[in-house]
Amino acid sequence: MQNMELASYIEEAINGEVDVESLVERVEREVKEIQEGYECFITLANDIRQQVKNLEKTRKGKLFGVFVSVKDNICTKGLRTTAGSKILENYVPPFDATCVEKVKKEGGIIVGKTAMDEFGFGTFCVNTPFSIPKNPFDKSRSCGGSSGGAGCISRVANFPHVAIAESTGGSISCPACFCGVVGLTPTYGRVSRWGLIDYANSLDKIGCMGSCVKDVALLLEVIAGYDERDSTSLKTPVENYLHALKEVDEDSKIVERMRVGVPKEYFAEGVDEKISSKVWDAIKILESEGIPYEEISLPTTHYALPAYYIIAMAEASTNLAKYCGMRYGLHLRLEGNYDEYFSKVRAQGFGEEAKRRILLGTFARMAGYREAYYLKACKVRRKLVNEFKQAFSKFDALLAPTMPILPPKFEEIEKLTPAQAYAMDILTVAPNLAGVPMVSVPCGLVNGLPVGLHILGDHLQEKKILQLAYFFERVRKEKV
Amino acid sequence: MEEKIEYWKIDESLLSHVTKVARLALSEEEIEKFTKELNEVLESFKKIDEANVDELQPMVHAVEVKNAWREDEEEKFQWEPFANTEHKEERYFKGPRIV
Repeated sequence: MQNMELASYIEEAINGEVDVESLVERVEREVKEIQEGYECFITLANDIRQQVKNLEKTRKGKLFGVFVSVKDNICTKGLRTTAGSKILENYVPPFDATCVEKVKKEGGIIVGKTAMDEFGFGTFCVNTPFSIPKNPFDKSRSCGGSSGGAGCISRVANFPHVAIAESTGGSISCPACFCGVVGLTPTYGRVSRWGLIDYANSLDKIGCMGSCVKDVALLLEVIAGYDERDSTSLKTPVENYLHALKEVDEDSKIVERMRVGVPKEYFAEGVDEKISSKVWDAIKILESEGIPYEEISLPTTHYALPAYYIIAMAEASTNLAKYCGMRYGLHLRLEGNYDEYFSKVRAQGFGEEAKRRILLGTFARMAGYREAYYLKACKVRRKLVNEFKQAFSKFDALLAPTMPILPPKFEEIEKLTPAQAYAMDILTVAPNLAGVPMVSVPCGLVNGLPVGLHILGDHLQEKKILQLAYFFERVRKEKV
Repeated sequence: MEEKIEYWKIDESLLSHVTKVARLALSEEEIEKFTKELNEVLESFKKIDEANVDELQPMVHAVEVKNAWREDEEEKFQWEPFANTEHKEERYFKGPRIV
């Protein structure tokens, strides 16, 4: 069933050709086996059977009978949500995030909460006291972060599945690349963030991961849209993304009319040459199909990494102030004054990387330093957005490698200093800072490990980049 | 003459001050370890100084949204606010002494 696209499965499930209820036992068993083998989840849902029973009464919905995993920083009513942090170890939300509410309304079945770095703070899904997922291609390697569990389950699930993930600086693209699946990070504001345990409000984006472009397009269609509860969500109407892909099947000229740019900074020093070469192969495949490319320069990319980390840490350090040990999360005995109690709860509840980011973020906002760090970073952000906007006035999409390295071994990750680990985000932070949509699609293997082609688009051009990704996926399949 | 701030360096005494501002109780060993690591991080961030952006306005949201108004209507709270707290008294959260 793995190779079956969700759209066909859903049709059969609604028609009754596939009995969803009869799948439950198998799915429950498989999820358990996957958890034992790969540790994709932090918490498994124990009411799958009941959810399916409730569904059977309606027999409708865009995701009817699809098993959906949810990144553990997205609130699920009655199902533990830790955001990968000890400080939320026992947190059970009394509500569903907007995207979860929408998925349930369309007939999706929540199977569990996927593993992640604490609050999204990491590139390798190892900064957490809970499950550390293992790469489906080599269990001694990382799945990427921070949505590592979502990447892993999207690869290994042998049942109709799609994953809700989230990215701040590359947390969807990176694990999609490392696990050989498709990951879509939408435009900032395209999907409501209500119910998301935030990392950095101006950067966080809920998105989709799945085994093919069609599946992520379908999920985006369900979760996208304006939400009164998130004042930064966009009012622009949601397009029919799945239909947009059918249009490509009917007339490939839609894609062949596109013009793509290849920014040279994304192939610079620090990017594995074998990866660059594999991505160039992909660009040439598209060229041979009638999509010409032009090499361009986005010079502000050079400053994107410090700008991203300064902004993200500054925002994170204020966001994490909500964990004060009173309303939810870790509680201690009420002793000492407010500052002492608050400082103690945070020291016990946060992991090392969270502490590091709180310190740097607080420092970057302090009087005397704010101008040099935070405001400078915000100005770089404007320059970067201007540069992207200029590029997108000429091109429909930009193509680049998703990650500069192959999935590293856990023992290699242990040896990295924080500064070295942050540098691994060099290719994903710029588009995330600019809030533009991006999709990572598998483009081949190097040494038996997956490489991702990153397709970036202008704000709200999800349809275009999905069409191009779908076309590439199809052409590549034909060539292999 | 005003003392020039060395922006891209942090020492243990400055980091101790940051921990107080950040309300994060750290041990001496942690302060020592973080000082070393954060200096390395700051060193790698230093190149942002070279960016020629002085004329630009800071951008806080990549997709700028104008005011998002809604009707000023009373809404019923949809869930139990005390569901996840251990520190409550009647219908109040209970906290540590403030003053």
